[in-house]
Amino acid sequence: MRRVFFCILGRDLRLALRRRTEVLTPLLFFLIVVSLFPLGVGTEKQVLRALGPGVVWVAALLASLLALERLFAADHEDGTLEQLVLTPQPLSVLVLAKVTAHWLLTGLPLVMVAPLIALQYHLPEASRTAMLLSLLVGTPILGLIGAIGAALTLGLRGGGVLLSLLILPLYIPVLVYGAGAVTVSAIESADALPYFSLLGAFLLLALLFSPLAAAAALRISLE
Amino acid sequence: MLQVVDLACRRGDRRLFSHLSFALEPGTLLHVRGRNGSGKTTLLRALCGLFMPEAGAIHWQGEDSRASERYRADLLYCGHLNGIKGDLTGLENLRIAATLDGNPVEDERLWSALAQMGLAGCEDLPTRALSQGQKRRGALARLLVSRAPLWLLDEPFSALDTDAVDLLRRLIAERITDGGLVVLTSHQEIALASGRVRHLYLGDYARESAGETVGEPDR
Repeated sequence: MRRVFFCILGRDLRLALRRRTEVLTPLLFFLIVVSLFPLGVGTEKQVLRALGPGVVWVAALLASLLALERLFAADHEDGTLEQLVLTPQPLSVLVLAKVTAHWLLTGLPLVMVAPLIALQYHLPEASRTAMLLSLLVGTPILGLIGAIGAALTLGLRGGGVLLSLLILPLYIPVLVYGAGAVTVSAIESADALPYFSLLGAFLLLALLFSPLAAAAALRISLE
Repeated sequence: MLQVVDLACRRGDRRLFSHLSFALEPGTLLHVRGRNGSGKTTLLRALCGLFMPEAGAIHWQGEDSRASERYRADLLYCGHLNGIKGDLTGLENLRIAATLDGNPVEDERLWSALAQMGLAGCEDLPTRALSQGQKRRGALARLLVSRAPLWLLDEPFSALDTDAVDLLRRLIAERITDGGLVVLTSHQEIALASGRVRHLYLGDYARESAGETVGEPDR
């Protein structure tokens, strides 16, 4: 089973390396949005500090939504998805491998630039670390939940709009606790740990259930 | 043995066929024929589990094919779409397909399979650079490395030149002789040296709605 997981993971990473522009789109979108905000609201330290966590998290969330539509679409178009479904391997493992590759390509880059973005918003050092950690735990959840929506809306016309409507409500808890963790970490007397514990719990739940749900959704969408 | 019991398929409001039953012994080729839109592709997709039939059951070696891992391991489906990645080379595509089938093959066999399919010299090109027929050959190279006893081939001869058609006929005949089972849709005749060929005619239900049965498993 591990062999199959790494086979799909390697396949998707290799495909992405041969199509770099598609991979860079979410990262560029993220960078543009977070860089536009200081230009729009002014460069006052207090304002940016207050806005920072929310803006960065909302931008990360939209960037991940932008990338989601392509998660299964390319495989669906050339028929490889059919073949994946027909292999004797558990489909949820294949889905998990695809989501992992997707996160490494579109989520991890956001996490890595986050500390730089935090500097742009004058966030104190504790918040910069919290930003990095909350995105590190939070972005995989976005990908995992999104995979269910991407599988359900596969092959539908106007699927992109439907996908956002389906998925955004489920993203709200992640946004609240992710951005909350960063905000709270700036306050000296407060403890951000509960926020991280909750995010971690979300991640575990998503890891457990979302591949199963997405696999079931894929079978329905392929009919 | 592949057993189809009382299968009925519907696309939207249109009933394609109903009460379709047949059983195929090892060493049999089932040639599904019928005019365009008569449900040949739907039948094949239903057989491999990609399409949920309205009624009926499909048994493989005595057990229900649905959710049977063994059935999916024993099955090789080639649909209208080639199911190969345009950005990967023929070799990579074939290697991934073999690994996912739970039957990893060493590279030498992959090279020889591609060479046998007439793709020597193109193994290292991304398949999107190949012609339609070459892509099809690349997809059909799976037949050479697979050990699956049941092949479901939907219009396997489309886009192939005469050499490739002959090669594919030979492969099918070999698999039948080895005790395999092949179900295919095609408008071409296939002659076998050994083994049985059975024909299944799917009629246009709207035209032949006088009788419920539209499948005639044997001529």
